[in-house]
Amino acid sequence: MKETYYNKEDLKKFGEITEWQKELGDKFFDYYNSVFKEGALTAREKSLIALAVSHAVQCPYCIDAYTTDLLKKGVDEEQMMEAVHVTAAIKGGAALVHGVQMMNQVNDKLM
Amino acid sequence: MLKSLKRQNHKLSSPEGQIEVLDDAESINIPSFEDKMADIGFSQFKPTGIEIFQVNVGKMCNQVCAHCHVDAGPDRKEIMTKETMQQCLDAIEGTDIKIVDLTGGAPEMNPHFRWFVEELRAIGKDVIVRCNLTIILANPKYNDLPEFFKKHKVNVVSSLPYFTAKRTDAQRGDGVFDKSIKALQMLNAVGYGKEGTDLKLDLVYNPAGAFLPGDQETLTAQFKRKLLEYDIEFNDLFAITNLPVSRFLEYLVKTEKYEDYMHELVNAFNPAAAAGVMCRNTLSVSWDGYLYDCDFNQMLELKVNAPSHISEFDLKALSNREIILNQHCYGCTAGAGSSCGGATT
Repeated sequence: MKETYYNKEDLKKFGEITEWQKELGDKFFDYYNSVFKEGALTAREKSLIALAVSHAVQCPYCIDAYTTDLLKKGVDEEQMMEAVHVTAAIKGGAALVHGVQMMNQVNDKLM
Repeated sequence: MLKSLKRQNHKLSSPEGQIEVLDDAESINIPSFEDKMADIGFSQFKPTGIEIFQVNVGKMCNQVCAHCHVDAGPDRKEIMTKETMQQCLDAIEGTDIKIVDLTGGAPEMNPHFRWFVEELRAIGKDVIVRCNLTIILANPKYNDLPEFFKKHKVNVVSSLPYFTAKRTDAQRGDGVFDKSIKALQMLNAVGYGKEGTDLKLDLVYNPAGAFLPGDQETLTAQFKRKLLEYDIEFNDLFAITNLPVSRFLEYLVKTEKYEDYMHELVNAFNPAAAAGVMCRNTLSVSWDGYLYDCDFNQMLELKVNAPSHISEFDLKALSNREIILNQHCYGCTAGAGSSCGGATT
């Protein structure tokens, strides 16, 4: 099998992180599971946020996991792509808003 | 239009070919379903009673759906005869079995369908018909089906895997979504699915791929909202898991998703769902009159552990039979559970 840094099968082993640090691992997974429960936001809304964040942090495991989760939840392709555009808008906006810093610097340096 | 697996002489068109794949649990490293059930106290799995009599009146269908566990289609000629229907009527008349669930194929394509519904109603049975919707528009002779269903107060249960054309057509064939919408509007027009009527119109959702259905309540709310854009109303939505049988099994094997899907089913095994599976209160009859624990066992030709033909119907023996389990049963026990009536927990 071709060796890569990311291996799809590793996602299934995520729970194994508790084997080397049980207390913190258990706390993390308890917290994680609580976060995604129905609350002031619906579980569906939380999964859409997770999909957008997965793209922001460019985590292939998270992208696979939340795409599948959203399919199960009945979310359609257009809605998922809109969530990714939210990521792109914020990431693109975050880059561009620094243009103001560049402009400030230019204005400061030039006569 | 696609050909059925049978017409293609595909290996997975035969029950033996399918069971050979399903039985090989070891190579994909999953436990046997029987062992899994024994672990939760069901070393012998028995019915709780027979409440639903499900009759598959034939494999002929006007559609060839990519996931169909019946391998139904226009090229399938197996049809229940009027004599076998009469045997069904004789068997259940006067019993406590209250509900008769008619399925296929497209059950309406059986030439004795309407007679059978009338006779079932005459002996006091509630009738469910699993209508694929497009049959209503397939030929002028079917256009009055909504009126026929209304006249006999039939509970219409219809598949609509998604509220967009793209996903629906990918599973059920080109143009099916638009025709289904039109048929639903026709059913609504005679009162089906409308508040204040006793004409029940339920939808069946099943995933358009190798994943489990999500929460039934959430999906219902989404479908209600989306279908209202077409002025369509319905009563309940049943979220059903695709079982690894026939065409869906073939899809899983062909796309190399079989192992992952089986693992997903096993990992989602839910003891509460296992206790409430439909084979505990259902009996399934095939087009040729044989008896099975469910429609899936029927397709795998796993006959009941009791006198197994409608001509030798023995309610007492059937009520005490041991249900036949196999690896495909993981589909009914995953997550919230799955049955012809949707989630079981």
